Amino acid sequence: MTRVVVVTSGKGGVGKTTTSAAFASGLALRGFKTAVIDFDVGLRNLDLIMGCERRVVYDFVNVINGEAKLNQALIKDKHCENLFVLPASQTRDKDALTEEGVETVIRELEHMGFDYIVCDSPAGIERGAVMALTFADEAIVTTNPEVSSVRDSDRILGILQSKSKRAAEGREPVKEHLLVTRYSPKRVEEGEMLSYKDVQELLRVPLLGVIPESESVLHASNQGTPAIHLKGTDVAEAYTDVVARFLGEERALRFVAYEKPGLFKRLFGGN
Amino acid sequence: MSLLSRIFGEKKKTAAVAKERLQLIIAREHGSGTRGPDFLPALQRELIEVISKYVSVNPEDIKVNLEKQDNYEVLEVNIVLPDQAR
Ligand SMILES: Nc1ncnc2c1ncn2[C@@H]1O[C@H](COP(=O)(O)OP(=O)(O)OP(=O)(O)O)[C@@H](O)[C@H]1O
Ligand SMILES: [Mg+2]
Repeated sequence: MTRVVVVTSGKGGVGKTTTSAAFASGLALRGFKTAVIDFDVGLRNLDLIMGCERRVVYDFVNVINGEAKLNQALIKDKHCENLFVLPASQTRDKDALTEEGVETVIRELEHMGFDYIVCDSPAGIERGAVMALTFADEAIVTTNPEVSSVRDSDRILGILQSKSKRAAEGREPVKEHLLVTRYSPKRVEEGEMLSYKDVQELLRVPLLGVIPESESVLHASNQGTPAIHLKGTDVAEAYTDVVARFLGEERALRFVAYEKPGLFKRLFGGN
Repeated sequence: MSLLSRIFGEKKKTAAVAKERLQLIIAREHGSGTRGPDFLPALQRELIEVISKYVSVNPEDIKVNLEKQDNYEVLEVNIVLPDQAR
């Protein structure tokens, strides 16, 4: 059975595309046949983060309009055997996404035997964002520990609970997961940043993970390599844990506690 | 923050302020129906129709309100009947 997972947030720039790329790659690394779709029509970015921008010929809107076949538009990922990217169109706007069109593509991916379809939502609460969550079975609500992001996440939760097909058809509701990203344990310790516990208490959604603020994310996007592949970095480890938890495994939270660099550490280095 | 206020901790940490503000705004936005059902206007309209069959009321005399209290919601319907109706 195919599961459709939307990565959403309401607010822009919180790390949805970074997360979609890492999460989809993580599922593929675990052996699942995975497609990741860029719903940010007009502002496509997922292709750059996945490092496949030079191989884009056809896009999501071409497939919806019948100008290309789905398998002509799907781009095979360069790192993972069973991962495919469906890029967004850059020349159209979000009205090009029709509910029937999106549904047709999702059904076809199901027929092709995909285990997971990851939908990278655009920011906002308008058409593009609503289309990205309409067919979702699960949602990863990506939130920065910051006031406007938390409030916007709350808004998008409301939209999930009213506009998704599952809600409209009165089926079992979309399974919600909270992912706190760009987390700085030091600033939390100093009382300058909401803690992940605060965010969870405010939004009341089960916590899937915490991704630390990390310079590695920029290195990853510079190279077009999803952050989960940067072996040994905190973000890669944190995203690997997120995928494991999503698959039902127990993993303790890491990278959430601030340890003051003690004298011993300063003298002898190491971790 | 000055060194003194740092030592005596007289100023509230900004993260705590953020949390308090969010608690208030989220509660309010839920109460106003951003996250709740949006059937209230329709319910109000239909109530006016039904009640008008029996007594003449002004539409503004019927107020429908949904309030959230911890784990349950309270639907409050307030109808003011004009004196001559009784
Ligand atoms: N954990 C992190 N640490 C540091 N920087 C990060 C992290 N996650 C994301 N970023 C940076 O934040 C910026 C926005 O990230 P990203 O494009 O993934 O967000 P988005 O939610 O998809 O944005 P949009 O709403 O525009 O689609 C990027 O510059 C990215 O490199
Ligand atoms: Mg994005």
